[in-house]
Amino acid sequence: MNRERLWKLLLLTLVFSLLLVACGGDTEETEPAVDEPAAVEETAVEEAAPEVEAPAADTSGGQYQIPATEEGKYNVAFVFVGPHDDGGWTQAHDVGRMYVEANVADVHTAYVETVAEGADAEQVIRSLARKGFDVIFTTSFGYMDASEIVAEEFPDVDIIHISGFKSNEANFGNLMGAMEDIKYLAGMLAGSRAMVDGNPKLGYIATFPIPEELRLGNAFALGAQKTCPDCTIDVRWIFTWHDPIVEKEAAASLFDSGAQVVMTGADTPAPAEAAPEGKWGITYDYSDNCKIDTCLTSMYWNWGPVYADIVEASRDGSWVGGWQYFDADSGAIGLLGFMDGETLQPGAADLPEADLNMIRETLAAMLAGEFTRFDVFTGPITDNQGNLVLAEGESLEQLDLDGFAQFGSPCETCMYWWNENITAELPEVE
Amino acid sequence: MNDQLTLMTIVLGIIHSGIRLATPYLYAAIGETFSQRSGVLNLGVEGVMLMGSFFGFYAVYQTGNPWLGLLAALVVGLLMGLIMGVVSITLKAEQGISGIGMYMFGLGLSSLLFKTMVGSVEGVEGFSELRFCVTDTLCLADVPILGDIFFNHSIVTYGAFALVPLAWWILNKTTWGLKVRAAGQNPEAVDSLGVNVDAVRYVSVMVGSALAGVAGASLSISLLGIFQENMTNGMGFTAVALVYFGSWRPYGVLVGALLFSGVNALQLWVQVLKLNIPSDVAVMLPYLLTIVALALPFRRSMQPAALTKPFERGEN
Repeated sequence: MNRERLWKLLLLTLVFSLLLVACGGDTEETEPAVDEPAAVEETAVEEAAPEVEAPAADTSGGQYQIPATEEGKYNVAFVFVGPHDDGGWTQAHDVGRMYVEANVADVHTAYVETVAEGADAEQVIRSLARKGFDVIFTTSFGYMDASEIVAEEFPDVDIIHISGFKSNEANFGNLMGAMEDIKYLAGMLAGSRAMVDGNPKLGYIATFPIPEELRLGNAFALGAQKTCPDCTIDVRWIFTWHDPIVEKEAAASLFDSGAQVVMTGADTPAPAEAAPEGKWGITYDYSDNCKIDTCLTSMYWNWGPVYADIVEASRDGSWVGGWQYFDADSGAIGLLGFMDGETLQPGAADLPEADLNMIRETLAAMLAGEFTRFDVFTGPITDNQGNLVLAEGESLEQLDLDGFAQFGSPCETCMYWWNENITAELPEVE
Repeated sequence: MNDQLTLMTIVLGIIHSGIRLATPYLYAAIGETFSQRSGVLNLGVEGVMLMGSFFGFYAVYQTGNPWLGLLAALVVGLLMGLIMGVVSITLKAEQGISGIGMYMFGLGLSSLLFKTMVGSVEGVEGFSELRFCVTDTLCLADVPILGDIFFNHSIVTYGAFALVPLAWWILNKTTWGLKVRAAGQNPEAVDSLGVNVDAVRYVSVMVGSALAGVAGASLSISLLGIFQENMTNGMGFTAVALVYFGSWRPYGVLVGALLFSGVNALQLWVQVLKLNIPSDVAVMLPYLLTIVALALPFRRSMQPAALTKPFERGEN
């Protein structure tokens, strides 16, 4: 009898842990608001076979294998939150790693993947530093505090944290880019497509109710306004960064509600997979996750050049850890089909030349550094409650771009608003 | 706002999505029902699903034939079931522990194989919606209301729902079903009648595991057309819970699966209704529901008496 109880208890515990995972979500690139997920235990047990480059690996990082450095080379390590081949956020970083390996002389790179945020991450980063890596890139929001702690312990190691907000003006810096530039262009493209198809409705799959997701959604909406003044945008919150099943259902729900083009803030190919014949999806994070014909474009990261610059600067001693936020002129973000040497996806190729030119010209201005995120967020902008967010000629400040007053940001205008063509209500934030 | 969106669209959207999402749960939970009714708790469903999901995907990736994908998933599930059987029936290992072992084995191996054999995001053309077209333009799927509910799913989904009455019939109306139930309820009695308890359990676990493999494939080659590491994300464990929820009866499992997937679908669609349900609650809801159902005391009496107990002749 007792045994049965025991099994039931075990089962309950499992369901509870699933629940915890559900609540915590995956804070891959979230901003301050989202709590650290307490339960990533499922990914933590999967470290049976982490692939590492170096033959001589040890296990000083707990269940993670810590790669070895190479004598006489400048050693660069990457800490990934997901598998290196996830087809999204992490794979984009891995492509950046390979770029460094190929383009920087006498450099050795390695990575540790699927590292749980929190204590595990700290252990892994510390082990890498102890092992003698010269530069460590930590590529998930939840690695921020761990990176800071280890940077303090190892002043000779340069640690670059992606998507956070802390730095120490010495060997600990943070790095992120203005994807809002690219989402603005994607909005123009989606608007144009919707106009041509005669169905002025768009959809946005948003991940977590944080400033970044409202900023990117608003940028998309502002872009859509340029090519499709009548377009409206519907929103679904999915509370995950990477779950193909949830993302697919959210896309299906948007398409079923009438959306013509669906853009996502998560990063599986699901939005394009879910697009019924004659409708379109726009994918995110990784240029190569937009292969099928129903995929209109991908808004992607190209970390390589930025990483290479940082590694070079670190080696010659000129790098100082600070707050680095790049715009499109860095070459580190792109819109698939519009960058050098790329061809348009079929759904983009047959759009009116005038619209395509507008996108190309805006992109050219962005690449030349003449059009930045502050130009994307320049008035007149009205929110969907009819309030004027920005008057003609006014622009948002950086604090507004990534702040909610509810989260304690000293921003004035902040990002807690939806552009007038978004039909959703604002998400609850605590 | 959203004035064009009628309540009907929303309700239909929830039902359509709910039916589609119930598919993997049904295969996995009905399979687990067989296993548990014979007395074996297989907690490794999640791992088997991942293996089925990968091999189903890989077969289609290589051959382009979704039926071969389904077959591959079935065979892999069968083999995983055989391993589970050897460990828990022949070697009489603790079932919960060996199940967790199967889970970790499936999780790790499917990830490793994906890395080495595919290595990037690839899409495959799996099973698509049937739509039931009489002519080129006339499809039952386009019938208002009924079309979306009944005639716009893939063959894999219809299979899942057909499995429920089939499983009920096998369990309750066939000799083999009687043996399965008896093996889980009173193995000594079964043994005294000259029926090989271990053999009955082996078959049940393997059939259950094969269905878990199909459940995984239903994700990679029917619902999505892609494979991702750990893509089941806990579905296998939920399926085990659904067996408890459904009191080890196929129709009970069906109700549980529909309720669970329905709540999952509701979570996305409820946003259209502008009901400001806190996000955490919305995401928790399906799991909360499962916990509440598991905690209901009257279900205990319906549990197979010999569940999780390895059979040893002359033990009592």
